[in-house]
Amino acid sequence: MTSGTQTGTPAKKGTLRILQLYPRDMNIYGDWGNVLVLKQRLAWHGYDAVILEHNAGDAFEKDVDILIGGGGQDSGQVVIQQDLQANAAHLRALAEDGTPMLAICGLYQLFGNFFKTHDGTIIPGISILDIETHGGSERLIGNVVGRSEEFGDIHGYENHSGQTYLGPGIRPLATVTKGEGNNSKEDHEGARHLNIVASYLHGSLLPKNPAIADFLIRHAVTRKYGSFEPGNVDDSLADLARRHAATRPR
Amino acid sequence: MSGLSSLSVPLGKTVRALSRLRGGGSAFPGLVVERIDPGFMARALRNLPRGVIVVSGTNGKTTTTKMVVELLEGQGLKVFTNRTGSNFTRGVAAALLGEVDWRGRLDADVAVLELDEAHAVHFVKLVPPTHCLLLNVLRDQLDRFGEIDKTTRLLEQIAVKTTGTVVLNREDPRVASIASSVREASVAYFGLNESLRDTFPSDDDLRGATGTAPASSLPADVVLVAVESNTATFRMDGEESTVDLSLRGVYNIFNAAAALAMARTVLAGDANRETMLRSLAAVEPAFGRGESLVVDGQPLELVLVKNPSGFRLGLKSFDAAGYATMIAINDNYADGRDMSWLWDVDFDSLRTSGVDMVSGVRAYDMALRLQYDDVAIQDIDPDTGSALRTFIRSAKGQPKRIFCTYTAMLAIRRDLSRITDVKVVS
Ligand SMILES: [Zn+2]
Repeated sequence: MTSGTQTGTPAKKGTLRILQLYPRDMNIYGDWGNVLVLKQRLAWHGYDAVILEHNAGDAFEKDVDILIGGGGQDSGQVVIQQDLQANAAHLRALAEDGTPMLAICGLYQLFGNFFKTHDGTIIPGISILDIETHGGSERLIGNVVGRSEEFGDIHGYENHSGQTYLGPGIRPLATVTKGEGNNSKEDHEGARHLNIVASYLHGSLLPKNPAIADFLIRHAVTRKYGSFEPGNVDDSLADLARRHAATRPR
Repeated sequence: MSGLSSLSVPLGKTVRALSRLRGGGSAFPGLVVERIDPGFMARALRNLPRGVIVVSGTNGKTTTTKMVVELLEGQGLKVFTNRTGSNFTRGVAAALLGEVDWRGRLDADVAVLELDEAHAVHFVKLVPPTHCLLLNVLRDQLDRFGEIDKTTRLLEQIAVKTTGTVVLNREDPRVASIASSVREASVAYFGLNESLRDTFPSDDDLRGATGTAPASSLPADVVLVAVESNTATFRMDGEESTVDLSLRGVYNIFNAAAALAMARTVLAGDANRETMLRSLAAVEPAFGRGESLVVDGQPLELVLVKNPSGFRLGLKSFDAAGYATMIAINDNYADGRDMSWLWDVDFDSLRTSGVDMVSGVRAYDMALRLQYDDVAIQDIDPDTGSALRTFIRSAKGQPKRIFCTYTAMLAIRRDLSRITDVKVVS
């Protein structure tokens, strides 16, 4: 399904196609904010954005520059399971070809090898990331601050019961300085692999972490047009929001 | 009655009187009586001729409860309610202590109780209600309950314990689905005309891209047919009636349909439609919910926003044109700590007029949200006190509107009474 949106500015440097995965069944926790930030920052950098949606049962878009998907409730994850498996090979090929992707919360888990629920049921993932997730009895909820060499400090909010463990080939997105992150045993949050950023943080993630948004944009534009010329983006409000978020209790 | 429980009412009442003298909290005497006599509430509420009504859901409990109470009082019933907004079990016990006689008897025809989802589950185990009214399940307080499906389970437990009639919101797929779990009670619905469904998104429709919820074919006892400003048309028994309401905001008006359905169910054949509609027209907003005040001779509206659908409906209900706008967002426990919900609200409707002041603990999160919707901001000040003074000064001679989360609203209300002579007009 396509709901193309034109931004206000004329296309100067090019047009990027953003595919939102499963917005119908996996869209809780402000995931729309991440899409909006990509669309707006592309405009501010001088590019147009077309927002595409893929829901369970849709034919998969061939021409895609950035993939983005978010959290869902357990019921939503069941609905998309079959469709995700049917498109797994295609998604893996896109990932290996360097397509920038942002996978939050529920989709982060399903990008891994499997999710083993609390009662022992195994929900297979699509193994783009060598990670595994085990359902836990406690819910990890609250503000998170992490540190990343690549992106600087990362601010967000977590709310998950799955405990995720990274395989040897996968780097964490950040080292947690406040909050829990991937699991309650280790001090890391999210995952980095190829041009994929995966995280438990919603909040939404991209508005307060513009460095991650621009990472996805830079790689997508470079991949499509050979080079990226950034525009002049005013991130002073994001900086202030980050500074205040850091002072908030867990 | 055991020896100890026969003393619990006098003891509880004494504690209540003492804690009042000390200016203490309202729930403490409830705690005392709960501890020494767990059966107190059930005994006091058991024999009410028209039963016990529990009102729960994410949004609009307080105002809806107030509407049900006033509808029933308008029909001549003596109603007991937990008026003070203490919507947890202990608060009900405390309120009861103030009303029962020294032997624990309550002089009322019916009890109408507003209960928070989690506390309602606890309450219905102690006192199975005869009726319950379940309004909606929205992504509020996700940090408390984890997932909205979990909140649905909580409401389901209330419905399962209900002995008479469960009244459900037909338009909220999660609430409507509770009907299939109801064994003992009968089920009634309130709903919307097809033409209004876009105006009242359920949580699934929140993104607003496509209306995913299918038009419901369930028969509803009360249907909200049309809304024009604060004039509403309801259909009951195949007949349409139009009422001018004192309440403002489309969300209140849909909850008026809920209250009508509940009152009609309780009264069965005894409801007088004309007086009922007259009572409904006279209902004023509950404390802090969509109040209109006068400041410097100009109206100032406080609009409580707690979750994305509430904020969306608030923006939709009140035209921004001609108004100065302030938004105050806190992230204290009572507001919800997770800020992600701001990203599920569209602020496009504020683009033309802009926002005069952004305030609250999370002022910069809110400002950032507005930046991404291309809404111009005149001023940002996280301190609600000084922000309010600046806002009132800079928007002199203009009607004003403040969208605020719960604790921001409490602070602003307190500050308003200091700054200026606050007259509630509602
Ligand atoms: Zn999450």
